[in-house]
Amino acid sequence: MASKLTNEAVIERIKGQFGSDILSAETPYDFLTIEVLASKQHEIIEWLKKDEMLKISFLTNLGGVHYPEQAGREFAVVYHLQSMVNNFRLRLKIYVSKENPEVDTIVDLYAGANWMERETYDFFGITFKGHPNLVRILNEDSMDYFPMRKEYHLEDGTREDKDDRFFGR
Amino acid sequence: MSTWEEEKIHDDGIYESSLDTIDGSIATLNLGPTHPATHGIFQNVLKVDGEKILSSEQTIGYIHRAFEKLAERRPYNQITTITDRLNYCSSPINNMGWHMTVEKLIGAEIPKRAQYMRVIIMELARISDHLVCNAVIGVDTGALTGFTYLFQQREKIYDLFEEVCGARLTTNMGRIGGFERDFSPAFNEKLKAFLRDFPAVFNEFDALLSRNRIFMDRTRGAGPISAERALEYSFVGPNLRAAGVDYDVRVMEPYCSYEDFDFEVPVGTTGDTYDRFQVRQEEIRQSLRIIEQALAKMPEGSYKADLPEFYLPPKEEVYNNMEALIYHFKIVMGETPIPAGEVYHSVEGGNGELGFYLISDGGRSPYRLQFRRPCFIYYQAYPEMITGSSISDAVLTLSSMNVIAGELDA
Repeated sequence: MASKLTNEAVIERIKGQFGSDILSAETPYDFLTIEVLASKQHEIIEWLKKDEMLKISFLTNLGGVHYPEQAGREFAVVYHLQSMVNNFRLRLKIYVSKENPEVDTIVDLYAGANWMERETYDFFGITFKGHPNLVRILNEDSMDYFPMRKEYHLEDGTREDKDDRFFGR
Repeated sequence: MSTWEEEKIHDDGIYESSLDTIDGSIATLNLGPTHPATHGIFQNVLKVDGEKILSSEQTIGYIHRAFEKLAERRPYNQITTITDRLNYCSSPINNMGWHMTVEKLIGAEIPKRAQYMRVIIMELARISDHLVCNAVIGVDTGALTGFTYLFQQREKIYDLFEEVCGARLTTNMGRIGGFERDFSPAFNEKLKAFLRDFPAVFNEFDALLSRNRIFMDRTRGAGPISAERALEYSFVGPNLRAAGVDYDVRVMEPYCSYEDFDFEVPVGTTGDTYDRFQVRQEEIRQSLRIIEQALAKMPEGSYKADLPEFYLPPKEEVYNNMEALIYHFKIVMGETPIPAGEVYHSVEGGNGELGFYLISDGGRSPYRLQFRRPCFIYYQAYPEMITGSSISDAVLTLSSMNVIAGELDA
């Protein structure tokens, strides 16, 4: 079933509303991806949900990504949103710094974001301002680090019996 | 023991609807983590007044295995085994979903025959997933017979998987680019026998429960959720369809040639246990229809794509042919170049939209791989669905939501 909206029409509509808050827009693998100002993310997601034309009112997925090399924008929070009526998908990204990895919660818009935000906090240490119960969810409570950050390697770094150079790692 | 009124002062007032108490005192009850009625390892701390549930607090993560972290270390072809262990009741769907994600990233074209073979396998997996779920709903209402009867049929499906890939539960089936080998004559025989024998057994099971007065009284109105709330909670799959939303990834965004097949998407109205049961029953019938169409229309051609950089060459070529040896070496050592990029691919899994969000930086492993796990997302609605109902209804609701611990905890 083809989508009722085109990437161009959607981005035009979003830019018409938010203009310079949309930092970039691209379509990798035909999937509209926009980067927005971190401070405006809640407002934009709320507008997308209520907009009569777009009706992007379903949260498919939410998660974090760690880019330790990008100074000042080390953490990305990626929202996959969807319009079931128009059969359209949108990826919305925001970047925050490692000094202040804090974004607004969207639990007030999507009840399902609750655990997804807790999981993102649990693994990346990104805090969600206004979340009703931001505690660890899959890892144990006493854990004192955020395991999906790139500085934590999967295998024990002190091991000497394996030489990863021969395995392209 | 304190009275519910006192409790309400400490509470944040979410559970207003259950104010009327039975005898004025409340107790704490641990449902799980290891209780046979939960069918998996997760805990619910219930506050109950007599039989009535006032609130529920969930603890999950007991079998968390860090799949997303593991995936950042493994080459692409080794991640298939991780996907097996998400929803282990329908592993092949996860496997195929992962292969298709990588194929999308590298831009591979898969022959029609391989796609149809995948459809057959995925629909068999869906049937086995739904069979377990519905049979267990029967068990939780006190009807054990259907369960033992249907499990024989699930064994037949596992026999079919065994014919294709040698494994039954955690199948690790197929490869990036297609299958290891074509369907064998033995597989075709067994599949025909299954399609011949299964409907009769299934109809008997259906007759046992579907219009059974006791079963209907027991399941109707148990654990309902409205379409609006289900969408708020990002429900997908049979649980969303039971609430009345006809969303199915196979129809909305057809992958793997699903657009070639004629099938219907059943929906319910009230989103209760009975509707979830009925939606799954009908989906089993539709899956049978899809398998029959795929068999009848099975195209000629290859069971694999021509992808020498990703698909292991046959052993005899590896031993006798320089080029094949090089490709074999590169695949096994994880030295195949992969384009950098970002893809999201989703398939309709047993529990709904199973998504793979893959970020590749061109390295031997994904830079980031996130699984959109339907169980994890919709299980958070559970307290809302059971508040105000009885403990026995809570058990039924849990089994009819088909919460699979592997998918829940990743």
